[in-house]
Amino acid sequence: MDRQINILEYLDNIVKICPEKIAYANETDELSFKTVYDNARAIGTFLHNEGRYKEPVVVFMRKHPDTIVAFLGVVYGGCYYVPIDNEMPRHRIELIFQNLKPRSVICDESTADSIKGFDYNGAIYSYDEIIKTPVDQAALDEIRDKAIDTDPIYIVFTSGSTGRPKGVVANHRSVIDYIETLSEVLQVSGDTVFGNQTPLYVDACLKEIYPTLKFGAKTYIIPKELFMFPIKLVEFLNKYKINTICWVVPALTLISGLGALDKIVPQYLHTIAFGSEVFPIKQFNMWRKALPNARFINLYGPTEATGMSCYYVVDREFALDEAIPIGRPFKNTEILLLTDDNKPAKKGEQGEICIRGTSLTLGYYNDFERTNEVFVQNPLNTMYPEVIYRTGDIGRINDRGELVFVSRKDYQIKHMGHRIELGEIEMVMNQMDGIQSAACIFDNDKKKIIMYYVGDVSKADAVNYCKEKLPRYMVPNLVEKLDVMPLTTNGKINRLALKEMYANR
Amino acid sequence: METLLEILGELHPEIDFETHNSLIDDKILDSFDIITIIAEVNDQYGVAIPAHEITPENFNSASALYELIQRLMDED
Repeated sequence: MDRQINILEYLDNIVKICPEKIAYANETDELSFKTVYDNARAIGTFLHNEGRYKEPVVVFMRKHPDTIVAFLGVVYGGCYYVPIDNEMPRHRIELIFQNLKPRSVICDESTADSIKGFDYNGAIYSYDEIIKTPVDQAALDEIRDKAIDTDPIYIVFTSGSTGRPKGVVANHRSVIDYIETLSEVLQVSGDTVFGNQTPLYVDACLKEIYPTLKFGAKTYIIPKELFMFPIKLVEFLNKYKINTICWVVPALTLISGLGALDKIVPQYLHTIAFGSEVFPIKQFNMWRKALPNARFINLYGPTEATGMSCYYVVDREFALDEAIPIGRPFKNTEILLLTDDNKPAKKGEQGEICIRGTSLTLGYYNDFERTNEVFVQNPLNTMYPEVIYRTGDIGRINDRGELVFVSRKDYQIKHMGHRIELGEIEMVMNQMDGIQSAACIFDNDKKKIIMYYVGDVSKADAVNYCKEKLPRYMVPNLVEKLDVMPLTTNGKINRLALKEMYANR
Repeated sequence: METLLEILGELHPEIDFETHNSLIDDKILDSFDIITIIAEVNDQYGVAIPAHEITPENFNSASALYELIQRLMDED
């Protein structure tokens, strides 16, 4: 087989094999591989006709199969897609636009009105219109001919500690490397039916989008609302015979924790991959009991290394106080555990998880400074340039030789499946009129963000402000007003004192 | 009812739960809220809401939720 250098080869290939098979669907709409192929090439041609090339194209659409077609269309046009979503607060989208300075936004009918409210003067393209463009195959061939595998495919934005989101730029090579090895681990085939949970504006959805194209599998986009109602959610999985899911842990514990598995079992499910957070063993055991023959796979990895970098296929029982390991690196990826003085951690010793390999993304868009802080020269190699990514996560190797996640190095937390810098919440709150000081802590047991503030602002106003400016998952779960903020001798906010205050409340 | 309104008020101080009756349809509550409410109701009322009662109808308003709690308490 020829060496693959472009992610679109997955689609070009599969459309010849099973053009009429359904690729992406939800409850009401379904798209065959042929439709995906035709519409994506129409969008690619349209962007070419508009003179768009090698630049970011924002895809501002609802969670729908069409959105995936828009992503692929942008790549056919030789550009890279930047997914944003109506759920994101306006403030965050504006910061993203400031970073990108995009010339083009693709909208659907659900977003066509809200885009007009933004400080954006570039072109607005309607998805329904641009898929009518007659395909110019010669133009698309020329774009493909000039493309190389280190060209970007997409930019997804993650939380940044200074309040400015960081745009992670992934390329063909990193995504192909990831998809090939992930597919092996998940054992994807043409019979795989994915149930997508994660939003389409994060890298997590790569797990369904691209293996579907590679194997001619099928992906159902599950409506977000179902993740409130566990029985309805399992009924959805059964109705569409979903057999493979890659979900964040809170989505799985929603089902098990509320007792749904006693009432109804996802009867077709045979592969359950989970990540983003530690899976509480009590909950995990409920799943294993309900589905004793299923494969359970713990995945771990940062957006900066394209998706997931490590996996562990559960092969034994765990005690309630144990953590499921993150196991071993994917093929063609190496994990370095580095101590504070940049030496390899000894067996059992803790170190920062650092990643080496083709799956590394290109870095942060329009931000060399923050890129250079974490995409750094491998300190173990003093002979030639070699970049590793420092995750900021602490890990260690257990007695069985498996990698185990220990904690975060800084204030970054994992909450509701999202990576959050508490500093970003504080920065936003500190901008509110009347707020003197705001500080956040995280209750790791109850998974709550607690915000303390000082200022002439009511709690309700403070919460409303958060809701306006921050994504829902970043809005503090508990807000408390203080007369004075406790400070350390250095004059910094004393977070330990806040934690004590919270524990004693 | 007082206790329930407190639980809800802590999650969304900006909403008037005494009158609002489309909490799900208007996307006021999300999955995190539902989980929190179920945990708090368990703590405060000693009632475990079973999975089959976690439906849009039962969570659309404070009064519907309160009726559910009452019903579950009576069944005990």
